[in-house]
Amino acid sequence: MKWRFELGGLLASYGVVLTLIAVILFGYLRYDNFLGAFNILSVLRYNSMFALVSLGMCFVIMTGGIDLSVGSVAALSSVVAAYASPHGLVPGLFAGVTAGLLVGTLNGIIVTRLRIMPFIATLATMLAASGTALLLAQNQSVSVSYDTAFTALGQGNLLGLPVPALIAAAAYILGSIVLNLTSTGRSVLAVGGNEDAARMMGLPVTRITFLVYLASGGCAGLAGVILAAQFGAGQPIEGIGWELFAIAAVVVGGTLLTGGAGSVGTTLAGVLLLGVLFTILNFENGKGWISLSAYWQSVIRGLFLLAVVLLQAHLTNRVGAEKPAADAT
Amino acid sequence: MPPSLLSMQSITKTFSGIAALSGASLEVATGEVHALIGQNGAGKSTLIKVLTGYHRKTSGEVSFEGGVFEVASPRAAQDAGISTIYQEINLVPQRSVMENICLGREQRRYGLLDWPAMRIEARRLLAQFNLTLDVDRPLSQFSTATQQMVAIARAVGFSARLVIMDEPTSSLDDREAQVLFSVIRGLRDRGVSVLFVSHRLDELYQVCDRVTIMRDGCTVRVADMAEITKLELVSTMLGRDVARAAGRTTGFGVAANPPGAPVLQASGLSDGRHARRVDFSVATGEIVGLAGLLGAGRSETARLVFGDTAAKAGQMAFAGQPFAPSQPIDAIRAGIGFCTEDRKVEGIIPDMSVADNMMLALRPALGRSGIVDETRSRDIAARFIKQLGIKCTGPDQRIRELSGGNQQKVLLARWLAMSPKLLILDEPTRGIDVGAKDEIQKLIRSLADQGLAVLMISSELEEVVEGANRVFVLREGLSVAEIARDKLTEDAVLAAMADGGQA
Amino acid sequence: MNPYATLGRYGTAIALVVLIAFNFAVTPNFATLQTLNVNLTQVCTIVIVAVGMTLVIATGGIDLSVGSLMAISGALAPMIFMGKLVEIGSIHAAVALAILVAIFAATVLGAFNGWLIARFRIQPIVATLILFIAGRGIAQVVTNGNLQVFKVPEFQVIGLGRIFGLPVQVILMILIVAAAAWVLRRTTFGRQVLAIGGNERAARLSGIATSRIKIGVYAISGALAGVAGLIVIAINSASDANLVGMGMELDAIAAVAVGGTLLSGGRATIIGTLMGALIIQLVRYTLLANGVPDAAALVVKAAIIIGAVWLQERGRVA
Repeated sequence: MKWRFELGGLLASYGVVLTLIAVILFGYLRYDNFLGAFNILSVLRYNSMFALVSLGMCFVIMTGGIDLSVGSVAALSSVVAAYASPHGLVPGLFAGVTAGLLVGTLNGIIVTRLRIMPFIATLATMLAASGTALLLAQNQSVSVSYDTAFTALGQGNLLGLPVPALIAAAAYILGSIVLNLTSTGRSVLAVGGNEDAARMMGLPVTRITFLVYLASGGCAGLAGVILAAQFGAGQPIEGIGWELFAIAAVVVGGTLLTGGAGSVGTTLAGVLLLGVLFTILNFENGKGWISLSAYWQSVIRGLFLLAVVLLQAHLTNRVGAEKPAADAT
Repeated sequence: MPPSLLSMQSITKTFSGIAALSGASLEVATGEVHALIGQNGAGKSTLIKVLTGYHRKTSGEVSFEGGVFEVASPRAAQDAGISTIYQEINLVPQRSVMENICLGREQRRYGLLDWPAMRIEARRLLAQFNLTLDVDRPLSQFSTATQQMVAIARAVGFSARLVIMDEPTSSLDDREAQVLFSVIRGLRDRGVSVLFVSHRLDELYQVCDRVTIMRDGCTVRVADMAEITKLELVSTMLGRDVARAAGRTTGFGVAANPPGAPVLQASGLSDGRHARRVDFSVATGEIVGLAGLLGAGRSETARLVFGDTAAKAGQMAFAGQPFAPSQPIDAIRAGIGFCTEDRKVEGIIPDMSVADNMMLALRPALGRSGIVDETRSRDIAARFIKQLGIKCTGPDQRIRELSGGNQQKVLLARWLAMSPKLLILDEPTRGIDVGAKDEIQKLIRSLADQGLAVLMISSELEEVVEGANRVFVLREGLSVAEIARDKLTEDAVLAAMADGGQA
Repeated sequence: MNPYATLGRYGTAIALVVLIAFNFAVTPNFATLQTLNVNLTQVCTIVIVAVGMTLVIATGGIDLSVGSLMAISGALAPMIFMGKLVEIGSIHAAVALAILVAIFAATVLGAFNGWLIARFRIQPIVATLILFIAGRGIAQVVTNGNLQVFKVPEFQVIGLGRIFGLPVQVILMILIVAAAAWVLRRTTFGRQVLAIGGNERAARLSGIATSRIKIGVYAISGALAGVAGLIVIAINSASDANLVGMGMELDAIAAVAVGGTLLSGGRATIIGTLMGALIIQLVRYTLLANGVPDAAALVVKAAIIIGAVWLQERGRVA
């Protein structure tokens, strides 16, 4: 039974990567120009925002929490960044990320100090951030300044690669380093795996919990900056449903919602998989054989999520049942 | 005597006015394996938690390595050289063996975690216990015994001077336990002290040098293992003087009628883990006691009868018919009620009223097409409140506001309302004050006198000896003795619990 | 008595009374039937969905899919009564069939949520997230994303009609609230719902069929979302799968939280949920009527949610 177990474990951790490769291969074989530079770059450019919020969400979920506020935080910081954009790239970036960090701080305080469930705490800050964004923007989009380099954050290229994708890549590398190579990162997983045990082990549980909400706010803030720069305006009503997309990407990426396990890399694969499905749909329609409306993408995403969740449930139940059999000694 | 490493003197600890420790003391020498034993509620865990900074003591003195010892958190205790391995393994199951060993004292290189070094460290620590594991695998993939070893490796890795092991063998088989004992001896040889908590008496003689026995929050005896017999150990722990003349101390009274026809017969019952081969029977009008030390498989047996866990082996017959419940509702329909050991976790629905808690099992049978018959259920509730003497403001009071004894009576009423044939009571008087205890014991007797079959699990010897018509003794998952009424004495039960009846 | 506990228990009612009193004093033209109708009409779909959500939360769960189920129900009904799927001679028969099919579909999908949760022990947030995502997609796919515009008075009576001057939807809301409050208080099912949320282990050991009850609760939540979806499209004379029920899950959860239902399960109040929804609605109305922008109302709403939940927790622990 051992090899079966290994296979199950492999599927759980790398299934999403394999699926992503399979889907890309399918697209490459079926459509012309699927792996053309233009297509790849636009997929990367567009999905970098989702990648960023999913990264923050991934850390929160690894502690066993959840952050529903990421979408409206992105909207808020896109507005803030747009207002700051006339002062230049760095002030715009700084202002947007700061806005995100502020909401993240608020989330962290509500969860760790008032001890309100993360779900409801971040639901409230989601509304608050959204309201603040609308107030600041007076219910309109706020144009960014094209006089400064700010828009490069969304529209520019560096070494032939889209700047937002580079930002997201940098964030993922940093996230991966933090998770894998710092004690803070390992503590995040320990807190989510067994909070009591983490406390008994002497880990700073409260600080870790606070930090993940702060990080999630920061990531959402960064996504907001890119949003403003990419579309040339701060968008107070954007970001609706981003939080649930991010949760889905994290889950598809194999991170358990119960916390304690997860990976930054497979989260990225989850984001890309959900993103590429949309592109596939476009290409399929382009072929004109069948006309699958763009609306199929949510249905397909939902089905993916269902499959992943069922697989996870199956594996967890089986792992529990076979525990002694897997003993290596 | 070797120099003292740890000394705890006249420790008291009260939780909102209730004393959990009242004058407990503990003395552990350097390089000694010291046993700490006592019944549930004797204060062992509280004492350990005071020592490790999880609780703050109310008063008393602790010194460690010759200096005054005062820690505010498990972390601080760990840093000071006291590592604890808790009964429910406090590690993170999803994370790798290596991480679980190294979390909290990671090795770094250029500010980042040095995984190769930690891998070597983890392997080195495990090798001390003759263990070679793939340290990159998640902990959850290993057996409980291995997880236990990992926990010990972690503790040792913190260069502990004192390692506390809270029932480390409860989930180990004999071979695994032997490995653990050699590890413990190895620790002792290196001058590390071990505080060993266990209910398996044989083990204490195998591995421990001295023993501290606690009862009711106090230390009642300290002895060299070589100088104390098993029987003395058990009787001191339970507070029974072996030579003492029998005088009734419980509220059970004398059975009014002889037992009738058998209601439940079980043979060879096993859940594959803690209950390994259990045989017993219960007849109408009879209280059958299930005795044994903690971890002997008593509660697990009750769960098998109630269908809460599925039997791996063995047969049951209920009221003459073959009986194999697969979920609680099967047992309930057959006419079995079960008051669990842990009222809070498995019994009460805290936010519901007394009446609702009582009616929980009965309601489906009571309702007119699913509509609550408020008048009738209030009547029934009021009747039981009166009959059982439940102290509450009325059927509508929330059960969480009641005292433990009254909560227990409500739970009894939950099953009595079903007019069951068999009632299983797991520790029916645990955590209940003396007066209420007496009432509940009387009540159980009178129920049996009215023809109910009762299977009673209790860690209190007097409850079993005075209350039961017959007692079955379990030891490490096996039925080792059946003691009939005329032979039922504390000595007999103690002997069976200690030695399996051979002594 | 502990002041937090008192506030936790009666806070919702007190807040509602204070709000109404404040409006009588400050807001111009508040004491009119018109104002009442406007507020009730706006709040009623939220209340209907929040009633189902209350039952779900009472078992310790959550249902994120309600908005998407509204969209599905709202998409299906017009297709049937407009005869896009099959011609039906009598418009009354067509409308009746449309309503039944739409609500039935939402109920089945709700039961599917419950099945995932009970059978596979998937966390409610994740299990219902699946239909949150896929559900709206299904609605968009069956309508091809097109706006379905219609003028069918026989159907639209549920959104536009009035009986004795009261909007039909408000009457519907009152009926649903009354029925649910009755079910929760007076039926075995209601007690079992609360028992599961209060202590699932104890409920199972008392012979309660926990799986069946959970599936039932999610099915009810789905059915009520279906009803709400129909009302929304009836009011709009149009069904837009992209918009119907958007964000509803959060409004409903907020109403439940403010209403005093314990979010961890075991204690629930339908009347509280009604009041919770009314408070949120009235705060918004008050702010709007006094010249405060809608967006600011969101911030206030957030503060109300946090305050209400915090008070409840304090009241419970103390």
